[in-house]
Amino acid sequence: MAKVQDRKLNDLLITGDQTYTSIDSSVDRLILNQKLHGKGWNILFLIGISLTGLLGVSIFWLLYQGIGIWGNNVPSAWGFDIINFVWWIGIGHAGTLISAILLLMRQQWRNSINRFAEAMTIFAVMCAGLYPILHTGRPWNAYWLFPYPNILAMWPQFRSPLMWDVAAVSTYFSVSAVFWFVGLIPDFATLRDKSTNKYGKVIFGTLAMGWRGSNQHWHRYEQMYLLLAGLSTPLVLSVHSIVSFDFAISIVPGWNVTVFPPYFVAGAVFAGFAMVMTWGLPLRKFYNLKHLITDRHIDWMCKITLATGLIVFYGYLLEIFYSWYSGNFYEFKLLMKTRFTGIYAPMYWLLIFCNGIAPQIFWVPKYRRHEPTIIVVCFLISVGMWLERFVIIPMSLTNNYLPSSDKPYYPSFWDVAMFTGTIGLFITLMMLFIRFLPVINIFEVKDLFYKMGGKKEIVEEVGANS
Amino acid sequence: MAHDWSDPSGLWGLVGEFEKPEDLMKAAEAAKHKGFRKMDAYSPFPIHGLSEAIGFRDNRVPWTVFIFGLIGVTCGYSLEYYTAVIDYPMNVGGRPLNSVPAFIPVAYEATILCAAFSAAIGMFVYNKLPKPYHPIFNAKNFERATQDRFFLAVEAEDPVYDAKVIEKVMKDNGAVEVSECDY
Repeated sequence: MAKVQDRKLNDLLITGDQTYTSIDSSVDRLILNQKLHGKGWNILFLIGISLTGLLGVSIFWLLYQGIGIWGNNVPSAWGFDIINFVWWIGIGHAGTLISAILLLMRQQWRNSINRFAEAMTIFAVMCAGLYPILHTGRPWNAYWLFPYPNILAMWPQFRSPLMWDVAAVSTYFSVSAVFWFVGLIPDFATLRDKSTNKYGKVIFGTLAMGWRGSNQHWHRYEQMYLLLAGLSTPLVLSVHSIVSFDFAISIVPGWNVTVFPPYFVAGAVFAGFAMVMTWGLPLRKFYNLKHLITDRHIDWMCKITLATGLIVFYGYLLEIFYSWYSGNFYEFKLLMKTRFTGIYAPMYWLLIFCNGIAPQIFWVPKYRRHEPTIIVVCFLISVGMWLERFVIIPMSLTNNYLPSSDKPYYPSFWDVAMFTGTIGLFITLMMLFIRFLPVINIFEVKDLFYKMGGKKEIVEEVGANS
Repeated sequence: MAHDWSDPSGLWGLVGEFEKPEDLMKAAEAAKHKGFRKMDAYSPFPIHGLSEAIGFRDNRVPWTVFIFGLIGVTCGYSLEYYTAVIDYPMNVGGRPLNSVPAFIPVAYEATILCAAFSAAIGMFVYNKLPKPYHPIFNAKNFERATQDRFFLAVEAEDPVYDAKVIEKVMKDNGAVEVSECDY
């Protein structure tokens, strides 16, 4: 049965008559031939950079006026800042999942999507990191979060989940950046040797650090890469678990649940894969990379999205169950009065639609290959994951133990402006990345190509665990 | 034996160019049997089994990572213990000063951070990178070593270096070109 379906699918991980040279040039032409980037790139970059400008203006106004310009207020001291922080950091998780966990599981199909997924991770974590720093109100004092000897003789409170967050997110960013950079070195060497332009030779020659593809180097490189993957895997699981502890450790209704860590991690991967496909589909279309990012990749990514989506949906169902089963009046009140009914109810139901219902279309093999459907579903997932955080944060905070908490939360203009601004920053960085760095891991794809040996049997062996 | 850099024209070694990784592997194996030790292969991507073929073994990177992981967890936890128990003891909700479960996440992240950085830095240090110049870059066609060709080089410093034997080994195993490479 599976065989028949595989035939229908374009089932090679690298299609067409490829050679090492053609694989090289299909990736590095994006950098070496700058004329390739046409109007589309310019328009998207312009949008990105304008919105980044908006981000700059919002940050300036925020620093000038203080965080009173946001909608945050007691009882909802956490608003858009934390919603967007969690949203962005979740998006980043697919990159680490693809680059680390799939590497450990020897899923070599990851080779052609890991590079831009990792880039996405780094840019998303950069956007995420802005929020908590700005939410401190006095970001120039953000270094107070780190333990350093000071004249007040005070130390950070390591029992607080917020301190765990600082440790987890800063570690995550640093390790992801290292992982990304060392992954780029052999590709920098290829670009150094292929570029004809003086600047290209100097820049890539410097970045390649004299990489010469020696077997001894590869030997240690592979050891290191595997170890980094082994270290990043528990890291990525810990980061979103710790982010969920920010909520789960407290006693607020709707937050104090043990299901939060796995449910957050699954949600992060879910959102991340949706974002990978949102970028991957146009990328392969406009830059003719369909022979490297094939329909099979897209099909498998849809399956992962579906699987993680089901875990997330299970989390929603469990939230309904325990709010009744816990026997806690406030939990049940939250469910009935704030989620199912009330002013925010449409957001809850939209969440159920976006994350629970919409991805179910991926059960049908046909739609796992139908690009417009995938783009729409991925967009809905991104919206849904944002709504999930909205449901968790303001909805729980405005329905608490005391009547004084019954005050609705509304974002202000500056909340929205800053959120749009971070999207702009993300677009800008992604566009620069597409133009100046290899979007696909060249040496790993060549490795995969060698292992496939142009034969179909080995392809099946490579993707045996699918 | 170190190279005398005052002589810019010495012979560095003999370099063979191969089209297929399999040929490179066979050649490396054959050269090892002939007794050559100061040799290295160059390829655009890692080839499994090549280290064994050449007779290269090095486990310093994993050990470094292990040791730095231990250092990371020790430093992370010690910092928490020192700040929360010794230097600034504070009663938070009746928890013990040494709140082990609450101290795990930070110690854990410190472990990962130290281990991951030591992995990357260790790789650079043991590989002696960055290294902008290396004689192998003078080899003919060597810019293709990062693209689509596979190279085997035997250095002239090898105690049993014999250009004729090496050339024969390489040619017999499918080298498309064998050339001398200078410093």
